[in-house]
Amino acid sequence: MVVFEKTKGLTDNPLHYCPGCTHGIIHRLVAEVLEELGVTGKTVGIASVGCSVFSYNYFNCDMIQAAHGRAPAVATGAKRANPDNVVFTYQGDGDLAAIGTAETVHSAARGENITVIFVNNAIYGMTGGQMAPTTLPNQVTQTSPYGRDVTVVGYPVKVCEMLSQIDGATYLERVAVNNVKNIKKAKQAIKKAFQNQIDGKGFSLVEVLSTCPTNWGLTPQAALKWLDENMETYYPLGVYKDKYKEEK
Amino acid sequence: MAKVTFDEERCKGCGLCETACPKQIIALSKEKINAKGYHPAIITAQEKCIACAFCATMCPDSVITVEK
Amino acid sequence: MAEKVLMKGNEALAEAAIMAGCKYYFGYPITPQTEVAAYMAKRMPKIGGTFLQAESEVAAINMVLGVAACGKRVMTSSSSPGISLKSEGISYLAGCELPALIVNVQRGGPGLGGIQPSQSDYFQALKGGGHGDYKLIVLAPASIQEMVDLTFKGFDLADKYRMPAMLLADGTMGQMMEPVSLELGEVKEYAKPWATTGRDTHEGRNVVNSLSLSPAQLEEWNINRYERYKIVERDEVMYEEFMMEDADICIVAFGIAARIAKNAIMDARKRGIKVGMLRPITLYPFPKEALKKAASKVKSFLSVELNMGQMVDDVKLAINCSKPVYFYGRTGGVLMTPDEVVGKLEEIEKGDAKEW
Repeated sequence: MVVFEKTKGLTDNPLHYCPGCTHGIIHRLVAEVLEELGVTGKTVGIASVGCSVFSYNYFNCDMIQAAHGRAPAVATGAKRANPDNVVFTYQGDGDLAAIGTAETVHSAARGENITVIFVNNAIYGMTGGQMAPTTLPNQVTQTSPYGRDVTVVGYPVKVCEMLSQIDGATYLERVAVNNVKNIKKAKQAIKKAFQNQIDGKGFSLVEVLSTCPTNWGLTPQAALKWLDENMETYYPLGVYKDKYKEEK
Repeated sequence: MAKVTFDEERCKGCGLCETACPKQIIALSKEKINAKGYHPAIITAQEKCIACAFCATMCPDSVITVEK
Repeated sequence: MAEKVLMKGNEALAEAAIMAGCKYYFGYPITPQTEVAAYMAKRMPKIGGTFLQAESEVAAINMVLGVAACGKRVMTSSSSPGISLKSEGISYLAGCELPALIVNVQRGGPGLGGIQPSQSDYFQALKGGGHGDYKLIVLAPASIQEMVDLTFKGFDLADKYRMPAMLLADGTMGQMMEPVSLELGEVKEYAKPWATTGRDTHEGRNVVNSLSLSPAQLEEWNINRYERYKIVERDEVMYEEFMMEDADICIVAFGIAARIAKNAIMDARKRGIKVGMLRPITLYPFPKEALKKAASKVKSFLSVELNMGQMVDDVKLAINCSKPVYFYGRTGGVLMTPDEVVGKLEEIEKGDAKEW
């Protein structure tokens, strides 16, 4: 009996991510959820710009590649064009929380019936490790070589906390993929975010804390630990908003 | 009997499976090198496997199949 | 004869879009085109369509991209500064080979500029605006009837060639009222097997994308697209000739400038100046052949534009500088009078005018 095998929600293309980068885990969770909900065939995914730009090669559904930060706007168009399709965006922190902040906030405010998978690894990966809107205070990156000085460049953006103030948002949860237990929780959250859309409940966003061993300058194992010790304290895991739970 | 197989050609040798395995029966092969130049993960004591699939859950590249 | 209704340009084009089967409109308020959005806000809910006021022009054009990728007719409209913001999305539409209609009701620039009519976005519409190798179909209406007809046509051409089309109007066209016929004929449907409507609805997996890290592949994509542009240039050129039979001077003008030029031509002819006009209706494809033909008959050309001289370069290129080309323009939202144009024609006749 097969206990675990690669999901058909992913194509056969090998992922281009660096060894140990947890983007691959998040891809798999999304793909597994689409398969389990039986919606891969009617899903339209929106790829963003950053490390996950090639996600259109991996998700085994129709895909649209969007300009940097614009994925929620493209998703808005796609969902409104065909409301019966399942529409999701897969975005990194630079895409979603810097250049695309307006699109993120306003798609949430409109309560667009879409699912947003937000990968927060506290750094710009694709361009080689620059400071992200989510880079932690004092974290060293290529463009904060002496550590992020909050007196000069300000503080990280806490996306779930920020969006929780928006009436239009339905469901916001922050999860992590740094160990098996967290991965299982992350999958539940992602599943709920898609189920919400299928049920017509509106805007759902799952923020996934993820590693970037290459640009953090750590081994994959050490990166998991760094996430646990540094990111989870600044970005506490948990449900930040669940409109339908509140109404019960 | 529990069985774990690795798609060795797609393995990037990151070792996250090794970290996740509660039985500590996964290691990166010292002899093998795949076409991409990585030492792929291998199982060192198949008989000790409990098919928990922690390794597969942790694998970013979906290279692990677990059977029972 | 078809019944005519009195309509404002911005509203007329909006209604024409609906008649062309456009059920999706995304926009952001900006003078002098805001009536398009207001009209769509009223009409779309009544026909089961979508009107959405986006958070920015940037978001609006990307919503357009989302709908276009899913195979539906979609449009956005704005005015000059807003089109600058949309330029990124327009480049992506072109790169992804998606059909959509973008309306630019031009105002004076650069920067925030003014809110009065202008044609100073000719370069932006015709020479890029966004990044990369691409072209837009660019349609230049000179009456409210043409606002209607070219909007309808724009959707058709965009679908036919899988490329974005732009209606390059201006503040006068947007604000002016004229009687129009809305009998526009049948909407032609185009198969869109590439649309991202979910794998269940088509063979294989559809991906709408403009990215390739392989230079050879990206070059091939661009070459293929330009092959299609060649067909557009061969088959879709539209222009109007006015009093060209015996003309010595050929005015080249589009949109509102062409209407002013028409009055100038009537006045100039009364003063014995043999002048006619070639009015491009499609700015891309540009009526190069017609201009070349005209060059074999006329003595000179005068480009009349509401800008500092933009289309005039293309006139010179089209005729390969074989005849003298002059320019007359006003800018910043100022309209020229027919008298000013006649004055320029007299200068040319006397040999006092300086070539462009």
